[in-house]
Amino acid sequence: MNDIMLYSLITLVALGCIAAILLYFIAQKFKVYEDPRIDDVVDLLPGANCGGCGFAGCRALAEAIVKDENLEGKSCPPGGNATMEQIAAVLGFAATITEPQIAVVRCNGSFENAPKKIDYDAVGSCYFAHTLFAGEGGCPNGCLGCGDCIKSCQFDAIFMSKETGLPVVKDNCVACSACVKACPRGIIELRNRGKKERRIFVSCVNTEKGAPAKKNCAVACIGCGKCVKSCSFEAITLNKNLAYIDYAKCKLCRKCATECPTGAIRELNFPPRKEPKETVAETAEA
Amino acid sequence: MNLLTISGSPHVHGKESVQKIMWGVVVAMIPLAVASVLFFGWNAVRVMIISVAACAILEWLIQKFIMKTPATVGDGSAVITGLLLAFNVPSNLDWWIIVIGAIIAIGVAKMSFGGLGKNPFNPALVGRVFLLISFPQQMTTWPKAKELIEQVPQAITAATSGATQAIEVVADATTGATPMGIIKGGLATGQDVSDVVAQLPDYVGSLIGQHGGSLGEISVIAILLGGIFMLFRKIITWHIPVSFLGSAFIFAGIMHLINPGLYIPPMYHLMFGGIMLGAVFMATDMATSPMSSWGQVVFGIGCGLLTMIIRLWGAYPEGVSFAILIMNAFVPLINRAFKPKRFGEKVK
Amino acid sequence: MALRTFKIGGVHPPECKIAEHAAIEELGIPKRAIFPLGQSLGAPSVPIVKKGDMVKVGQLIAKGEAFISSNIHSSVSGKVFAVDDYLDASGYRKPSIIIDVEGDEWEEGIDRSPNLKRDFSLSKEEILNKIKEAGIVGMGGAAFPTHVKLTVPAGKKAECLIINAVECEPYLTADHRLMLEKGEEMLVGVSIIMRALEVSRAIIGIENNKKDAIQHLSESAKKFQGIKIMALKVKYPQGAEKQLVKAAINREIPSGKLPLEVGAVVTNAGTSLAVYEAVQKNKPLIDRIVTLTGKSVAKPSNFLVRNGSPVFMLIEAAGGLPEDTGKIISGGPMMGKAVTSTDIPVTKGTSGILLMTQKESKRVPVQNCIRCAKCTTACPMGLEPYYLAILSTNENYESLEKEGVMDCIECGSCHFTCPSGRPLLDTIRVGKNQVGKIIRNRNVR
Repeated sequence: MNDIMLYSLITLVALGCIAAILLYFIAQKFKVYEDPRIDDVVDLLPGANCGGCGFAGCRALAEAIVKDENLEGKSCPPGGNATMEQIAAVLGFAATITEPQIAVVRCNGSFENAPKKIDYDAVGSCYFAHTLFAGEGGCPNGCLGCGDCIKSCQFDAIFMSKETGLPVVKDNCVACSACVKACPRGIIELRNRGKKERRIFVSCVNTEKGAPAKKNCAVACIGCGKCVKSCSFEAITLNKNLAYIDYAKCKLCRKCATECPTGAIRELNFPPRKEPKETVAETAEA
Repeated sequence: MNLLTISGSPHVHGKESVQKIMWGVVVAMIPLAVASVLFFGWNAVRVMIISVAACAILEWLIQKFIMKTPATVGDGSAVITGLLLAFNVPSNLDWWIIVIGAIIAIGVAKMSFGGLGKNPFNPALVGRVFLLISFPQQMTTWPKAKELIEQVPQAITAATSGATQAIEVVADATTGATPMGIIKGGLATGQDVSDVVAQLPDYVGSLIGQHGGSLGEISVIAILLGGIFMLFRKIITWHIPVSFLGSAFIFAGIMHLINPGLYIPPMYHLMFGGIMLGAVFMATDMATSPMSSWGQVVFGIGCGLLTMIIRLWGAYPEGVSFAILIMNAFVPLINRAFKPKRFGEKVK
Repeated sequence: MALRTFKIGGVHPPECKIAEHAAIEELGIPKRAIFPLGQSLGAPSVPIVKKGDMVKVGQLIAKGEAFISSNIHSSVSGKVFAVDDYLDASGYRKPSIIIDVEGDEWEEGIDRSPNLKRDFSLSKEEILNKIKEAGIVGMGGAAFPTHVKLTVPAGKKAECLIINAVECEPYLTADHRLMLEKGEEMLVGVSIIMRALEVSRAIIGIENNKKDAIQHLSESAKKFQGIKIMALKVKYPQGAEKQLVKAAINREIPSGKLPLEVGAVVTNAGTSLAVYEAVQKNKPLIDRIVTLTGKSVAKPSNFLVRNGSPVFMLIEAAGGLPEDTGKIISGGPMMGKAVTSTDIPVTKGTSGILLMTQKESKRVPVQNCIRCAKCTTACPMGLEPYYLAILSTNENYESLEKEGVMDCIECGSCHFTCPSGRPLLDTIRVGKNQVGKIIRNRNVR
C-alpha cells in the first residue's frame, strides 16, 4: 500500500516539475513586452468597450494614449473629464477638457405629427426598412421606428416611446455615438449637454422642399429661414431646405423657437415661458 | 381604406409550418403507439399519457412563469418529446419516475437552452439516459413475457399467421430481458453464439414486435410505417436512417464474418433493441441533426458505429441513446465541416 | 424524355397564372406621364429637356451618359411639366421628367405598321448602336442596359444565346402572352441578337406550364435558323440567369462571374421583342407588356402600356382597386417590390403589378428556427440561409463574406420554404448590403 502511495507521489511530483520547466521556457519564448502603464490606464477606464472614443475598445485607447505620450484628441465619453484627469495624473500628462455631450433625436415625427400611411411588416431593422421605402409616415428622412439605435446602445440610455414611436434619450447617455452610427438616416446627433441640461435644436432632418415635407409631417422643417433671421449669434444655417443650429455658437436664447412656423425647433429642459405659446414643444423628454 | 403593407420579398409563403411538421411527426408515431398498447396493454397508455401530459404542462409552466414568453405548447413539439420518452421506457415504470424524466427532458434538455429548436441534444433521449443512469433497476426491469401474451388480444394473435409459434418462443425465452439483454448476457457468460441465437425470437415475431423491451422499440413494422409516412411528408430525408442502419449493419456484419463464434449475425442487431426507433424517430430530430445531406450521412454513420461499439464492447446491452447523444454533440462541428455544394463552386 | 432543370435547390410556389388567357390589350394614353431618370441599373440618365419643352412620342428626353446607363424616350407627346422629384417604385421621391400629355404626335421615322419585317442586313456595330439608341434594357425586372450586355469584351467569346422566357414568377403572364401573340416578332429579335453576338445557336427556355406557347413558338421557329425551343421543368427560380444557363446548357457559372464566362448570354423574351422593334421599326423602348393581376382583381389582364403611365390607370382598366387590397407589388410575388402608392409610374423594368388581398399581404408569425434544413435544401445557390441570417444578425460580416453571401440571388426560396416563417431573406439582404459596402471600400483602396 505504501509503495503505491510513494510511487504515485513521485510520479506526480516529477510530472509537476517537468510541466513547470516546460511552461517556464515556453513563457520565456513567447514573452511580449508591454508598457506597464497601459494596464494602469486600462484600470482607470470604465471598461465598457463602447468605442465612443473612436478606438476599438478601452485597451486600444490606453495603448494609443501611452504610445502617443499625450491626451490630445482623446476622450472617454462614458468616463468623462474625471476619468481623463485621473489618467493625466497617473501618467503625468496635461489633461484635455472636453465638453460633455449627449445624443439627441432630431425627428419629431410621432404617430400624431406624421400619421401612419403604410403598414410595415418585415424584419425589425431600420437598415432594411430604409432600403424598402420612405417610412410608415412617408417622410424619406424621418425616423423609421424599428429601433436600430436602441439595439446598439450598451448603456440602456435610449428607449422607444410607446406613445410617439420615437426613440427617447435618457439622461445617463454617455455620448458613445453607437446610436449615431446605427441610424441609417443620420437622425441622431451628439450635441453639447448645455448649461443645466438645456438644449435647443432643429428636430428634423428632412431635406425636401416645404410642401412635400409639410404634407407628411406637421412639425417638419420647411426651410423657410425665419429662424436664421431671428438668430442674433449667427448660430443657425440653412442648407438644402433644412435649418441647423450650431450648438457651439447657440446661446440658448430661444428666440428661434418662437419664430418657427411649424414648431420644428425643439427646446429641452427649459423653464416654461411666461406667456403661453402654441409652438412650444413638449419638454417631457428626460 | 386599409393601409397598404410594405415588406421585403418574397410576398408569398409556403404551406409548411412548424405546427404541421410537429403534428406530422405525432401522426407518424400513431402506429407505434397502437402497437405498444396491443403488446403492453393499458400500462402503455398510462405511461404515454403521463409522459405527454408531464412534458406539455412543464413546457407551458416554464414559458409562463420562468421565460415569460408566449406559450408554444400548441406546436406539438412537447407532445413529441413526451411520446418519445414514453417509447423509451418500460411499460411498468412508476409514474413519478416518468415525471422526473419529463422534467429532465423538457426542463433541462430543452427549455434551459431557449426552447424549440435551440436544444443541442434530443430532449427525450437526455431524459431517458438520465433515468437509465439514475434508476437502473426500474429502467431495466422489462415486463414479463407472460403478462405480455395475456394482454395481446386473441384476434391479433390469430390474424398474424405463424406468430403463435413466435410468441411461444418469446414466452419460453424472455423472462424479463430484452433480446439485446439476452445477447449481452449470453455472450458474457460464455455461451456460444448459436445457443444465444436460439434463445432469440425469430424474425417474424420481431418484425411485429412480440418480445420484451421498452414501449416503442419492439415493433419494427410500426416504426417503418411511421418512417415511410414522414419520408412521404418530407419531414425527414432518407439520409440519416439509411446511413445509421446501413453502417450498423455493415459493422456488425464485418465483426460476424471475422468471428462468427463471438458476434451474432448482423440482422439481429437491426431487429432488436432501440436502433430502429433511434434511426427513424430520434436521430432524425430536426433540431439536433446536421443541416446538409452529407452532414446527415456522416451523422448517421457516426451513430451507427457508436451504437455497435457500445453494443459489442460496452457495459450496456444497448447503445443507441448514447450513440445519438454523442453524435448530437458533434452536430455543430459537422455543420461547419460538411457544407452543401455551392453553385458555381470550383470542382477540383 | 425528362425535362431539363437546374440541379440544386428550388421551390414550387403555387403558380396562380390567372391572367394566362387574357389577350394583350392596348392601354390608352395617360394624362400625365412620369419618367424616373434612374430606370435602369447603373447611373441615372441625364435629362436633355426642360420645363415647358414640347416633346413627341419617341423623342429622346434623357441620355445615358455613363458606361452602364440607358437612354429614355418619351412615350407620349406634350409639354414637359417639370423635371422634379416624383415617387417611384423605390418608395422614395426620385428625380423624374413629368410630361403633360397633349395629343398623340409621333416622331418621324417610326414604323407603326403591324407588318412583320423579317429581313435585315445591318452589321453587328449598327445593331448594337440601334439598341443603345433605343434605350433598351433587360425587361425581366433588373433592367440592365442591353447594349452593355450584348457587347462581348475582348478575349471572351459568346457561343450560345439563351432567351429567358421562363417566367417562373407566379402570377405573371406578360411573357407568356407576348410569345403567343408576338412570337414571330420576338424570333426575329432573337435572330438580330444572334447576329449582334455572332453566335449560331439560340435556346429559348420556356417552363412546361406554358405548353401553348412552346407549341406555337416551335412551329414558328422552323422558319428561323439555329433557334431551338426548350421546354423546362417547372421550378422556381429557373428564370434566374445562373439557374437558366445551368438548365439550358448544363454549364455552371462560377461564383461572382457573368454568364459570358461559360460562353452564354442571357436575355429576356420581352427584350428580344424590343430589339425587333428598335432595329426593324426604329421604335425606341417606349411601351411594354405589363400583367395586372391578383386574386381579387375583377379582370386580370395583360396590357400593352406606354412607359410612364401611372399604375392606377392599369388598375382602373382592370376593374378598379379591389376593396380588400393590402399590398401592391411591382413585379412578381417572389422577387417583386411592394410599393407605397398607386401613383408610381410603369417603367422599363415593370413586368407586372400584383394586387394582394389584405389577408395574403401579412406575413405568417415568426417562430424559433427548428433547424429543419429546408432553407438549405431550397437554396438554388447551395448556401445556408439559416447560417447567413445568424451571421448577419450578429454583424459578423467577415464570416458572412466567406459563407458566400454575395452569391445570394435574393430569390426568396428560403423565406418561402421556412416553416417558422423567419424573415431569412430580409436579414440576409441587410448583411449582403453591408458586405457589399465593405468589398467596394476594399476595392477602392
